[in-house]
Amino acid sequence: MTANEPEITPELVAEHGLKPEEYQRLLALIGRPPTFTELGIFSAMWNEHCSYKSSKIHLRSLPTEAPWVIQGPGENAGVIDIGDGLAVVFKMESHNHPSYIEPYQGAATGVGGILRDVFTMGARPIACLDLLRFGDPAHANTRHLVAGVVAGIGGYGNSFGVPTVGGSVGFHRRYDGNCLVNAMAVGLADADKIFYAKATGVGKPIVYLGSKTGRDGIHGATMASAEFGADAQEKRPTVQVGDPFSEKLLLEACLEIMAKGCVIAIQDMGAAGLTSSAVEMGAKGDLGVTLDLDLVPCREEGMSAYEMMLSESQERMLMVLKPEKEAQAEAIFRKWGLDFAVVGTTTASKRFIVRHRGAVMADLPIKELGDEAPVYDRPYVETPKQAIVQAADVVPPMGIADALLRLIGSPDLCCKRWVWEQYDHVILGNTVQRPGGDAAVVRVGEGPKALALTTDVTPRYCEADPVEGGKQAVAEAWRNLTAVGARPLALTDNLNFGNPERPETMGQLVGCVRGIGQACTALDFPIVSGNVSLYNETNGRAILPTPAIGGVGLLDDFTKSATLAFKAAEEAVLLLGESIGWLGQSLYLRDICGREDGAPPPVDLAAERRNGDFVRALIGQALVTAVHDVSDGGLLVALAEMAMASGIGARLEAAPFSAHSFWFGEEQGRYVVTTPAAAAQGIVARARTAGVPVRLIGITGGDALTPAGDRPIFVVKLRECFESWFPAYMGGGSP
Amino acid sequence: MRSAVLVFPGINRERDMARALRLVSGRETAMVWHTDKALPAGTDLVVVPGGFSYGDYLRCGAIAARAPVMDVVRRFAAGGGLVLGVCNGFQILCEAGLLPGVLMRNAALKFICRDVFLKVERSGSPFTRGYNAGQVIRVPVAHGEGNYVADAQTIERLEGEGRVLFRYVSPQGSLDPAWNVNGATNAIAGIVNESGNVLGMMPHPENHVEPELGVTDGRGLFAGLVHHFKQAA
Repeated sequence: MTANEPEITPELVAEHGLKPEEYQRLLALIGRPPTFTELGIFSAMWNEHCSYKSSKIHLRSLPTEAPWVIQGPGENAGVIDIGDGLAVVFKMESHNHPSYIEPYQGAATGVGGILRDVFTMGARPIACLDLLRFGDPAHANTRHLVAGVVAGIGGYGNSFGVPTVGGSVGFHRRYDGNCLVNAMAVGLADADKIFYAKATGVGKPIVYLGSKTGRDGIHGATMASAEFGADAQEKRPTVQVGDPFSEKLLLEACLEIMAKGCVIAIQDMGAAGLTSSAVEMGAKGDLGVTLDLDLVPCREEGMSAYEMMLSESQERMLMVLKPEKEAQAEAIFRKWGLDFAVVGTTTASKRFIVRHRGAVMADLPIKELGDEAPVYDRPYVETPKQAIVQAADVVPPMGIADALLRLIGSPDLCCKRWVWEQYDHVILGNTVQRPGGDAAVVRVGEGPKALALTTDVTPRYCEADPVEGGKQAVAEAWRNLTAVGARPLALTDNLNFGNPERPETMGQLVGCVRGIGQACTALDFPIVSGNVSLYNETNGRAILPTPAIGGVGLLDDFTKSATLAFKAAEEAVLLLGESIGWLGQSLYLRDICGREDGAPPPVDLAAERRNGDFVRALIGQALVTAVHDVSDGGLLVALAEMAMASGIGARLEAAPFSAHSFWFGEEQGRYVVTTPAAAAQGIVARARTAGVPVRLIGITGGDALTPAGDRPIFVVKLRECFESWFPAYMGGGSP
Repeated sequence: MRSAVLVFPGINRERDMARALRLVSGRETAMVWHTDKALPAGTDLVVVPGGFSYGDYLRCGAIAARAPVMDVVRRFAAGGGLVLGVCNGFQILCEAGLLPGVLMRNAALKFICRDVFLKVERSGSPFTRGYNAGQVIRVPVAHGEGNYVADAQTIERLEGEGRVLFRYVSPQGSLDPAWNVNGATNAIAGIVNESGNVLGMMPHPENHVEPELGVTDGRGLFAGLVHHFKQAA
């Protein structure tokens, strides 16, 4: 039934990323050998990226429901209700493999893809965040990747016109061969006007919208479902090229035709392009789809059916329109200068039929393409527990002051201004808290409501203990939202791991998912969307397990959000939460003592919730003047950040136990708050009543942090260390 | 004050500008599409907002400068109407020949978004009467190509005729290369045309108008314009 297509050989099947047993499954499903185009379609639908075949059975255990959840996982993005008839639509997604191969375009199209996921559902994007991980700063390729990825994120988001308000940047040699680019987009929609992928009605026109189809990104999703060898750079043609200008036009045109009531179903063309979007719309609606590829707007002449079905050209959408509104929709798209073509129709047959130049190039059962994708219960081994590091066994190689200055000027803890100043973070005029705080705060419309947004994960904890690490990632996101005064509502997760066919890696995935689930349940913080990125591995070396969490919280009044800067001198500095001096897996142990070992700090979810609810109440009642959570680097790093943000120092009490473990231990569930001195006793009493451990650790004032009995650490000096590493490194300085 | 904000494909700060105009003037703003051949009747002020018109492809502002609506703007300006171009708007006005010079890539060759300090050079212009001469204001920039360059003769004329309205300075108001965010010639952030009725500036006063968001230093520009038109009425 096809002309001029290559013969299907075992080699060709292998090149398409299908295992022999998966090919047998395909044959059993359709009862004959596939055409070349069909083989391409199967490879696109059954790769790890699109099918979640290794992670699916584990993801099912995650909590996804709450009264405020409108749409959980399974659509383009998750949707939650924030009251007043408004909904927040958000998701995080990885673009790791393409960003490593071609950092600017890889990162740019990652941002473009996640923005499309959000506005496909009828939401106008109001904020983006990006969680980035790079290799050792000393690695020859790292600077190039940082420069390209940051420029790509800025290049796309700035032009599209969405503020990039937060994120995180970290370095570790385990990312030398695979950087991570996880982009999160957040949009706002009317709660009763959310658009879905599910097609309804037979004989409805399927419309192609946006940019033309070219030969870029063919097999992008398949590339992202395999590990890299030495030939990673040869995969550059699989990376797509982004055009934020077209995306901005697509956004405006889509929102306009949605507002005019033209749309029945809509799906963006992301991974696996036309294939995945058409199949998804039909399968979700129990309908067949027939596409006529002769009608697809193409950028190049002579494209084959195979190429068109697998192209990942960006800035494209597929819609099912109400037939009576077709002319109106077309006029709107023409006004924005975008392509508009009816390329197919919905059918009652439940077949996915692709025609091209008078021939049927594919004729497949549409439901089975997605539903019958292989699902694996891959063998895994639990990660062995590590010994608890006793503070007494860690000999401090330097004094407290020197250790603080070194930590604050280290690649992971230093100021990331060099990064976020390349992102427009003020456009739309609603950024209440800019990058640099615990969570970004973005006003909703004219207010008074606002969203708090954060992305978090501590990969070294996940490596040492996946369950505790998974819990910690969720708890820290919850804590960061709490620290600005927000009520955490829901999260999106982006699970980045190595090759799942290795039982050790699979064990990390299983453990992290278990930990994430426990924390979500305990904190009433459901998962509404997510993405899994596996095979982040080069020459057999995997990344650190990195289950990134993107959290969204709600503030009833944006003018009451808390910030971390000390506000005045002579205020009491209180530490809430229990301190025991946990040095295992701390940055102090790694960056000061040169040891990457030990069990990570455990997360007591009941204490987490109790302490967080207490802090949020204090903020709500305006009883505290500054709030900051204690995380990477420990208590003294948190205090330094509060001092640097304000220029105000503090006189600190002596450590109640060994100073290095008190000041730099990374116990969880802790916050530093300040309050006018006269109010301190009242808060201490309240904390005791609530069962929240509390300790007066100092008084603000002066121009230095001065732990009792130690030398003053001047804020000016702290700032110098904090601000200098990134620009010096990117300017070519030694890491 | 009746204002009209131009919308070219790829412009993205038109909502920010419309909100600032509404908050300060108390009046809704008309949005004018790039193919329109007339401005709404009674327009006092035309604003060319920020963004990436036509993706900034070819050259920033080059394509927008040739859009049909720009002929209308040229006539409006020739008749003495006030025109404000911010960021991409400044680039478009330069490309359209309404202002001299060009905006080159930032000296550091990177996009940069941060609050900067501007010295208001004089308060006699309709665009700056909401400020005192010499006042230092804090407003954000967000651009990759804001490095103002013109030939020596043009710079001399601009300076000699008092047509530089805003300059990048330190928080204390002194000229300092460390505070010249994009490396602009003479730290120029905003200039007017010969007749003083067309202003182009790179920073975004429209993003600093609300007290609840911290800084309101951008307000003076819009408040001054409102006052100007009240007096004229």
